[in-house]
Amino acid sequence: MKVVITSSAQTLADPIDMHFGRAKFFILADTETGKAVVHDNVQNLHAVQGAGIQSAETVAKLGAETVITGSVGPKAYRALQAAGIKIALVEAVCPGTEALRRFKEGDLPVLDKPNSEGHWV
Amino acid sequence: MKEFVVISGKGGTGKTSLTASFAALARNAVLADGDVDAADLHLILAPEIRRRTEFRSGHAARIRADACLGCGLCAVVCRFEAIAATTRPADETRVFSVDPSACEGCGVCVWKCPVQAIDFKERICGEWFVSDTRHGPMVHARLYPGAENSGKLVHLVREQARQLANQENLDLVLVDGPPGTGCPVIAAVTGTRSVLVVTEPTVSGAHDLTRVLELTNHFNIPTAICVNKWDIHPEQADRIEAAARVAGATPVGRVRYDKAATAAQRQGLAVIEVGASPLADDIRAVWKNWIDFTSGMPKETP
Amino acid sequence: MKPFPVIAIASGKGGTGKTTVAVHLAAWLAAQGRAVQYLDCDVEEPNGHLFLKPVIDTTETASIPVPIVNAEACIACGKCARVCEFNAIAMLKKPLVFPELCHGCGACVLVCPAGAIREEPRAIGVVESGHAGSIAFAQGRLNVGEPMSPPLIRKVKARRMSEAIALLDAPPGTSCPVVATVRGADFVVLVTEPTPFGLHDLSLAVDTLRPMDLPLGVIVNRADEDRRVQAFCRDQNLPLLAELPDDRRVAETYARGELLFERLPEWRGFFDTLWKQIEARL
Repeated sequence: MKVVITSSAQTLADPIDMHFGRAKFFILADTETGKAVVHDNVQNLHAVQGAGIQSAETVAKLGAETVITGSVGPKAYRALQAAGIKIALVEAVCPGTEALRRFKEGDLPVLDKPNSEGHWV
Repeated sequence: MKEFVVISGKGGTGKTSLTASFAALARNAVLADGDVDAADLHLILAPEIRRRTEFRSGHAARIRADACLGCGLCAVVCRFEAIAATTRPADETRVFSVDPSACEGCGVCVWKCPVQAIDFKERICGEWFVSDTRHGPMVHARLYPGAENSGKLVHLVREQARQLANQENLDLVLVDGPPGTGCPVIAAVTGTRSVLVVTEPTVSGAHDLTRVLELTNHFNIPTAICVNKWDIHPEQADRIEAAARVAGATPVGRVRYDKAATAAQRQGLAVIEVGASPLADDIRAVWKNWIDFTSGMPKETP
Repeated sequence: MKPFPVIAIASGKGGTGKTTVAVHLAAWLAAQGRAVQYLDCDVEEPNGHLFLKPVIDTTETASIPVPIVNAEACIACGKCARVCEFNAIAMLKKPLVFPELCHGCGACVLVCPAGAIREEPRAIGVVESGHAGSIAFAQGRLNVGEPMSPPLIRKVKARRMSEAIALLDAPPGTSCPVVATVRGADFVVLVTEPTPFGLHDLSLAVDTLRPMDLPLGVIVNRADEDRRVQAFCRDQNLPLLAELPDDRRVAETYARGELLFERLPEWRGFFDTLWKQIEARL
């Protein structure tokens, strides 16, 4: 299946980005083939508001079934839910490869409500 | 690394004056001026600017007068009363123009215009700075006159201050927040470790405190309060503290009314820096109590 | 001079005395038998009512229109999400609206090719009107947690009566809420205090208001021996309308929510002079 990992840099070897909405990169990984493609999220870092929502749209367009990340705010959460995308939670920064491995082993809890306060609106 | 924010609800209660003294008392802090609308902290801290960056946000519509047909469809669809008609002096034909101070940046007129005569450029709304002060590094900003969306710039100032604290191994970010309860204040307080509301012993102060505590409760932020100029109306100060407790906030002290506060400001100094005084003692006690209050709080959940 | 001018009372810095000036000017004009209306445009923290103690006879919910997408009519083209400047619509399988981000501009309704979007009101606060003695009164109260005040400020201003002098009590600051309040006013009174913060914020307010081509005048409240604000006004060609003295009794009376005229009758004289200064410039 396809999953997206929020990343601080361009490869799975790099540390994940804990914040979903303003993550620098999204890495789309196929859990079967191991193939990974990186997508830049820079336009969202400058979004006026609702960056988390835009990130959710991006992830939906990439066709991911699950997002692996550290924190998701209320609007991003709502958007991911509407898109039917699950959220697997990492509690501390680690390399993308480790997050992916733990996800495949069923080690990551599923987030069932937003775990980060929204920002200015 | 912890972030503390000072707000007030009502304006003019003494947020910035107290924050300047807290900056002098805090060790290892990054200072941030989140009142981007009417920033004053720099008048005491005298920052030396290391880096300045333009702040862009949203767009503004501008009608190209020579392309305008004068049909007025833009004015019809604009819901913000930002478009009005004038007459071309040359041939007295009608032409429309956008008032930039009223333009919401929504783009409706741009879409509606039958001849695409409306430009929609990104707006440069202000600038933000990373500076050095005698009490530590400072992040601050300036919104250009009449600009909007100060929530985003406030958020940016906080974010940059947090990043700076991480980079320079400093364990505290101290934010001077804006007055009111709207978007700039929301941007100043969401996700922060603790808020201190500086209020005053007046009916206005009491009224506005109620609203601001609703806001901090809504965002679940541990909140302390301090009554500034308390001796102007001691019974009101008592009432305010009692009401604050009922609302779940913790009084951390009172600061007296003293012209020494204005005298210090006029010298470009924080009260604490002028020397020993009962006023300085009041402020020290509030700072210490606020720190103790936050230390006694349950550990943050990740 | 217009018979019923609109006068905004603003400041830049908070706590300089805007509401004090506005309510006392209203009380003064009413005592002279003039038709006057006080409108509290500081919708985040309205305080005028604490001093004027009005009887409210009309309360109206203020709303802004937000989009509702008809899922059946929607062809999922995503145009609404793309056109929204405020990221209030996300395009997932179908459009998802975030009403709290919506500015009510109507762009989505305009561009939808299937006519699948209608609008419904979302409450942001209330507008109340009534009277305090012979002073007509209106105020807005923004729901706590609502980010945007300008839409509500515009609705408060819409309550303006045509046959009374209108006094608009503005919020502090220099950005969109203040601009929304002072637009269209005949005169703006800027209330400041003789401190570095007061002077700095006054200059910011002047920078914002000057391009709007509004006549301005300055009141120095809590005036003392420091004359830097007065010097600034001279340099900037800003009329100095009045200097109100620094007096602890004023702070104490204000703290109690009382008007000053009873306890400190000399203040009637100050407002008489102030009104004449404003009138001369209308």
